[in-house]
Amino acid sequence: MNMVVLVKQTFDTEEKIELAHGAINEDHVKFIINPYDEYALEEALRLREKHGGRVTVAACGPSRAAETLRTALAMGADEAVLIEESGLGEDGHTIAAALAAAVKELAPDLVLAGLFAIDRGAGSIALQVAERLRLPHAAAALKIEIHRNVETPAAAASPADTELAQSPSPDFTAVVQRDTEWGLETVQLPLPALITAQQGLNEPRYPSLPGIMKAKRKALHHLTIAELDLTPDDLNPRTERLALLSPPPRAAGRKLAGTPEEQADALAGLLRSEAKLF
Amino acid sequence: MSNCSRTALVFAECADGKLRRVALEALGAARQLVQDGGAVHAVLVGGGTAASEAAAELAARGAGVVHVIDDPALAQFAPEAYAAAIGAAVAAVRPSMILLGHTAAGRELAPRVAAAVRGGHIADVTAVETTDGGDAVFTRPLYAGKAFERRRFLPGAPWVITVRPNNLPLADGVPPDRQGVIAALPFTAPPLSTTVLAIARKADAGGVDLAEADIIVAGGRGVRSAAGFAPLQALAQTLGGVLGASRGACDAGYCDYSLQIGQTGKTVTPKLYIACGISGAIQHLAGMSQSRVIVAINKDPEAPIFSIADYGIVGDLFEIVPLLTKRFQLLLSQPGD
Repeated sequence: MNMVVLVKQTFDTEEKIELAHGAINEDHVKFIINPYDEYALEEALRLREKHGGRVTVAACGPSRAAETLRTALAMGADEAVLIEESGLGEDGHTIAAALAAAVKELAPDLVLAGLFAIDRGAGSIALQVAERLRLPHAAAALKIEIHRNVETPAAAASPADTELAQSPSPDFTAVVQRDTEWGLETVQLPLPALITAQQGLNEPRYPSLPGIMKAKRKALHHLTIAELDLTPDDLNPRTERLALLSPPPRAAGRKLAGTPEEQADALAGLLRSEAKLF
Repeated sequence: MSNCSRTALVFAECADGKLRRVALEALGAARQLVQDGGAVHAVLVGGGTAASEAAAELAARGAGVVHVIDDPALAQFAPEAYAAAIGAAVAAVRPSMILLGHTAAGRELAPRVAAAVRGGHIADVTAVETTDGGDAVFTRPLYAGKAFERRRFLPGAPWVITVRPNNLPLADGVPPDRQGVIAALPFTAPPLSTTVLAIARKADAGGVDLAEADIIVAGGRGVRSAAGFAPLQALAQTLGGVLGASRGACDAGYCDYSLQIGQTGKTVTPKLYIACGISGAIQHLAGMSQSRVIVAINKDPEAPIFSIADYGIVGDLFEIVPLLTKRFQLLLSQPGD
């Protein structure tokens, strides 16, 4: 089974965000694989262990994102593709177009991605890629099973099925348990498809020392947008950033003193009289 | 894009047949964005018999046309069928902007709609500003609220906007003579490749999603066990709120990841956030520090959560929380000041 995992390099979740000269300060920042993408990658590696195949990681970003792809190779991915983002204008439309073009060339059975990236948090690009490639999707997966479709002898023998044979049934079917607002939903969809990973899907592995050594010899392809099949309209950003802002400062309030009973009474009273909540 | 050409289409999301509040927040934003002379349409998808009530409310709050789409395939949320239904409304209305809630359903639909119309997508919008000249600027969080950005659309393509629940004002009512019309939109669902095999419904949340909740009682490592959430649940129930959790509590297995609030997990902006036994790691603070009123209960007086709390109680949550529940049961049975 041929799989592509879309990954993004993000700031570590423990990093503070400092703005300087209208940009986010990247000095001394620790970068990681976006945690949700790491679940997607781990799942791809486990599916490969079970069903065989290949795992390609693909990212679109600045050249520093190569470190993240190298980590993904050390975890066990077979191959990596980095699309240099210059010329794409930091916009979901253009980045999705570039990633979709790269994924299309790889012709995967399954595309995996994180539910969202913890930096921009839009959760838009993976599903835009799915739409562009006309793939069905299952979002926020907590469990993924892949079944290889077997042609039943009865179906093969039936002459009425000659028409069906011209549009062959897919080789694989995915059964996905996904996290929704209304509960745990189990869906079934044919591959090729795109599935996004929710936290809790698995426990990602750490790169092993032999994995790190092997990763140095694995292929990491650098692509520029000129090498992808993109139209001029694909490269036209649809949105732009006007300004970066720090969150409104929040001062510490007061600590309520006294016995537990007095503290609880004071809090309940203040929430009603001062905060006007009840 | 000049003002007069603006046409908005609002996806009026329902839950259990009822219009969600975020649908009316998106409608308010649409009315603000099209300004005078523009048209606002709403599309109600698969509301069943309850749809007429939702449609009437949308019409009364300024949707010029409410398109009602029904088909057996739309009885429950299915991204393929719903995206196709919105596609039918887009084809009928040819909007210059499409607005949805940044909810689980909206997050699945908006990117597909944006890619289908080759439009831009500005997601998780927390504020909308418009000028008389017709410029529109959208504020949205980055790093779950550790920073914010202001974005705008570039000319030439449709806009897709998802608005974060609980942040924008609801659409006002309009005078009876300006109420919109309600019309059925013909639609046949395409063959769907995805089949829903089973749904295990959540029992406890009372139908309120964490992102839309007004009151959240959240537990961290300090709750010490799954059973430790029981007093928090009792307080949440008393206050009409829902449970949340820190990553620490989820990682320790005390609760489900679906309750997690933070940079990984959900970002929330309730009216009241009560953090119990949560130290306040930066990744947690990112997800909740925009709440209106924050209460922290923690044994450790140095816990970072106190630095952003309006009211702090240094103490044992297992002692304080049940007392608070009792106090509120009494208080809420009495009229306010």
